[in-house]
Amino acid sequence: MVDLKVNLGTLQLKNPVMTASGTFGYGTEYYDFFDVSRIGGIVVKGTTLRDRQGNKYPRMAETPSGMLNAVGLQNKGVNYFAEKIYPTLLDLDTSIFVNVSGSTVEEYVETAEIINELDHIPGIELNISCPNVKEGGMTFGTSCPSAAQVVKEVRRVYKKELMVKLSPNVTSISDIALAVEAEGADSVSLINTLLGMAIDSETRKPLLSTVTGGLSGPAVKPVALRMVWQVAQAVKIPVVGMGGIMTAADAIEFLLAGAAAIQIGTANFIDPTAPVKVLEGIEAYMLRHKINRVTDLIGALEI
Amino acid sequence: MSDLIVTENTPLNDQYFLLKLKAENELPVIMPGQFAEVKVEDSPSTFLRRPISINYVDRNRNEIWLLIQIVGPGTLQLSKLRPGKLLNLIYPLGNSFTYPVRKDANLLLVGGGVGIAPMLFWGAQLAAEGFHCNFLIGGRSQSNLLLLDEFKKYGEVYCTTEDGSSGEKGFVIHHSLLQNQKFDAIYTCGPTPMMKAVAGYAADNAVFCEVSLENTMACGFGACLCCVTDTTDGHVCVCTEGPVFNITKLKW
Repeated sequence: MVDLKVNLGTLQLKNPVMTASGTFGYGTEYYDFFDVSRIGGIVVKGTTLRDRQGNKYPRMAETPSGMLNAVGLQNKGVNYFAEKIYPTLLDLDTSIFVNVSGSTVEEYVETAEIINELDHIPGIELNISCPNVKEGGMTFGTSCPSAAQVVKEVRRVYKKELMVKLSPNVTSISDIALAVEAEGADSVSLINTLLGMAIDSETRKPLLSTVTGGLSGPAVKPVALRMVWQVAQAVKIPVVGMGGIMTAADAIEFLLAGAAAIQIGTANFIDPTAPVKVLEGIEAYMLRHKINRVTDLIGALEI
Repeated sequence: MSDLIVTENTPLNDQYFLLKLKAENELPVIMPGQFAEVKVEDSPSTFLRRPISINYVDRNRNEIWLLIQIVGPGTLQLSKLRPGKLLNLIYPLGNSFTYPVRKDANLLLVGGGVGIAPMLFWGAQLAAEGFHCNFLIGGRSQSNLLLLDEFKKYGEVYCTTEDGSSGEKGFVIHHSLLQNQKFDAIYTCGPTPMMKAVAGYAADNAVFCEVSLENTMACGFGACLCCVTDTTDGHVCVCTEGPVFNITKLKW
């Protein structure tokens, strides 16, 4: 038996495999495909204080080894989540994180306060990196002072695991990570999508209603790995790595680069059983390499 | 999610082909209007699955049919599949068409282009339940009117072509059938302008009408929220709330 447990700040996960916000609905969408309780954690869809309709269709474009999306945080608001969705998640035996977003610091704080009261939610992922909303989201995550401010204010009211999701659309992601660590973040997750765009040359029109959108999938993996490696060297808090993970080998690369856990995102759309396949692949890798504890892989890159 | 075996892959013209897929275990319950998310192998530029409407379900052979139009590298790759190959599908997905209330209802099923696909299975199910169907099928020219012999098994078949090479000349909305008969329900799938025209006709004549939408999707099962359409309830996923919508729900 290999030991797959990992520590994420204040929280222990049963294994390092999580699913990324916006790619896994509320978990229930995947019940037909596998036992969601097998994986270490899930991050549910980006949640805001009030109902959001999101951006106009078309919101998605396939790109080489990836996809662009411009969903724009469509969700029914935190109160709907607490009243209607949260009760359906109580039987899940996995760590459930709510991805929290907002247009103002006050909205982030108010949303986090409501989530703080939900016993079966051990953590939030503070989304200061959504590239698809006009205000808020990424504007908080692209400068050190604004990232620090929102984390500081949420930290005052939120008592459980506070993970902060970072944007790759910055000059120095390590500086942002250090800024949020200094204000009390328990962990950081990265990367959110890379800002991109796609054009139809025949019609001369953009493929997304918003013109630009967030790029995800294997196309972003080398960038994500590099950023995880840089941030893991800069901060003391755990780093959760994501960006184009499709296989167990991809996941292990992120662990070696310094991630304490990983999130699977876009892969869920193509193979909805990807999280368990990655989990089983990590176990097989550990047996093959005679590694007893998965924590021995974290940051074990040999340079 | 399961692997199905390709039993036949028949080109119907230079753009369309019919894939027949056999399931190893008994096929699940599949309703008319539902679709499959098809994984395309060996096509490096195809990253996501392709949502394909279920064209017909052959319970005797434990097979499903997919009528596919070649529109890019993904569907081109599918057109090259040889019998015996495995194809990975997530299916059945989405909702289905609504049965009419009265058995003597006069029904019109309108299909254009690859949008004829769900109308065959729907028509077959309606006929099996004792309903009488009128199929109205539109295409650019005669070579684009596909599977007519199949449709004829389940009802009357009427056609339009844009070049007049078969049936009445023009678009489906101009067919004399729409002036000569009164319908109790209309079901349609095809290019958006065609569906909007048919929906307009139905609305003007106060006829029950359902359309099957074909928005681009990443997942097909309600996780990505990419395929939304705007409805009286706001943005909803075409993959889970649809693909079939009553026209009174849509903000057309």
